[in-house]
Amino acid sequence: MSNIPVDVKYAKTHEWARINEDGTVTVGISDNAQDQLGDMVYIEVPGVGQTVTAEEACAVIESVKAASDVYAPIGGEIVEVNDSLTDTPETVNQDAYGEGWIFRLQPADKSEMDDLMDADAYEEFLESEAH
Amino acid sequence: MPFIPHTESDVRDMLDAIGVRSVEDLFDEIPAGLRMGKLTGVPEGLNEQGITRLMMERAEADGRPLCFMGAGAYEHHIPAAVWELTTRGEFYTAYTPYQAEASQGTLQLLYEFQTMMAGLTGMDVSNASLYDGASGLAEAVLMAVRGNRTSKSHRILMPVTVHPEYRQTAHTIVNNQDIELVEVPYNSGGGHISLDSLRPFEGEDIAALVIQQPNFFGILEDVDALTEWAHRQGALVIGVVNPTSLALLTPPGEWGEAGADIACGEGQPLGVPMMAGGPYFGFICCKQALVRQLPGRICGRTIDRDERVGYTLTLQAREQHIRRSKATSNICTNQGLLVTAATIYMSLLGADGLKRVAQACHANTRKLVAALTASECVEPVFNRPYFHEAVLRFSLPLDTIMRPLHAHKLLPGYALSNDYPELGDALLVCATETRTDGDIETYASHLSRIIASQTAAGCPVKPKMA
Repeated sequence: MSNIPVDVKYAKTHEWARINEDGTVTVGISDNAQDQLGDMVYIEVPGVGQTVTAEEACAVIESVKAASDVYAPIGGEIVEVNDSLTDTPETVNQDAYGEGWIFRLQPADKSEMDDLMDADAYEEFLESEAH
Repeated sequence: MPFIPHTESDVRDMLDAIGVRSVEDLFDEIPAGLRMGKLTGVPEGLNEQGITRLMMERAEADGRPLCFMGAGAYEHHIPAAVWELTTRGEFYTAYTPYQAEASQGTLQLLYEFQTMMAGLTGMDVSNASLYDGASGLAEAVLMAVRGNRTSKSHRILMPVTVHPEYRQTAHTIVNNQDIELVEVPYNSGGGHISLDSLRPFEGEDIAALVIQQPNFFGILEDVDALTEWAHRQGALVIGVVNPTSLALLTPPGEWGEAGADIACGEGQPLGVPMMAGGPYFGFICCKQALVRQLPGRICGRTIDRDERVGYTLTLQAREQHIRRSKATSNICTNQGLLVTAATIYMSLLGADGLKRVAQACHANTRKLVAALTASECVEPVFNRPYFHEAVLRFSLPLDTIMRPLHAHKLLPGYALSNDYPELGDALLVCATETRTDGDIETYASHLSRIIASQTAAGCPVKPKMA
């Protein structure tokens, strides 16, 4: 049973998004996603200053099994990326919702957060995907 | 293992098993209007005796002219051991295997090749080879656009002193991918790219600057100044280099303060015969920071769980069998057999041997230029240092000289009038370590006799005097 914290929202493509006090949004991948992908070997983070739209592929995570795109859950401008993942990609496996964050963006339209799933909806989504 | 075709009775058995009368019937689905029918321009097949004779006659027609031509492919002496070993079945049969069938011996060879190329170019990493120098430049351009995070422009500065065919090939490959190759003119006195030529681009958003060293004219560019300029502009530097020359010249990894970012070029000079144009191989090397943007195969060295050293293709998530359309390139192979020859060539010569080859090429080209410019009808075009090739201008129309020289079984050089019409009757001449003093004397004496007969009183051809 994977960890699904309630303080974040979830995209169908298994990213999580957390609104911070300053209005920016931090993004990572869910515990379910890191478990499915296996041991991380490399994270290609987006560029600071890059503008993304919702559902646009903006990062790549490479595990021993596969290389997968990470999609922006909402649109905005990237203001910070987690450079430490270059040296320790395994942080995404160990602490997917904390130190394993991938990038932080300034949202273009905060209401896009409403299109994402809450913890319960994501849990149901995972169960339906499993069958 | 020979080629084992089906026998007629094999074919009959298979047709009977599926209930079909003939092999032609299997193509019934193709509408009659689209079917080729007989290939009317193609003669009947020959048997082995017939084809052997035909090929020998064709080969004789080529002749073996004395070669003073370079322009991207160079005649070098290849020690006999190189192809004796390369054509051994262990290398020759599965000459460029995929991961699943690649032996540890083959992979170790690729790793050693990569190590040698990285050392020769002064870069951190090399891949296991590309098709040729021209497509290597195209790959380097694509790589620079992907790898330059600060540039958004997709504009690449491409000096006209880069090999014309490399520029055409790069254009073909990158043109439909929203990448613009911007021409940079050369200095007419030096035949090089001066900072004056780059001034119009100062302050613009440029993804990369391409520098060929030596350039197509054989001229040495100011690689340090050009590299510094590019890096100040936030552009990456792509060095297109000749591997023999690297034994003498500063390698791309040491250009300017930080070195070039990507180095590529044609590997043919390293133990690959000229073979009427191919197959050759391209090499591409880069700084560590760009390694994940490298196209093609990369071989890595690691240890297995018993701590024995092993080799494997690595960083495969760049490649299309994993990333599909997002791969760094559509290439999914390398030039394994030629890389084998090149690695054995470099091993046999060693660093010292390669340096002596380069020194001999340089010395011989200087002798050639001196011998040919002794005639008052021949002068050097550019006034800067050159390596193993030089541009000479003739005060007579070039074809009045070329045809008689060809008749004397001599390839005098590469005529530049198609690619650089502004240079007039100009010839790119080259003398590698394979040209002796006697060869140079042969060229010079034929040339002076031809010039004398053209300029003699009463000769209907009026020469243009400089």
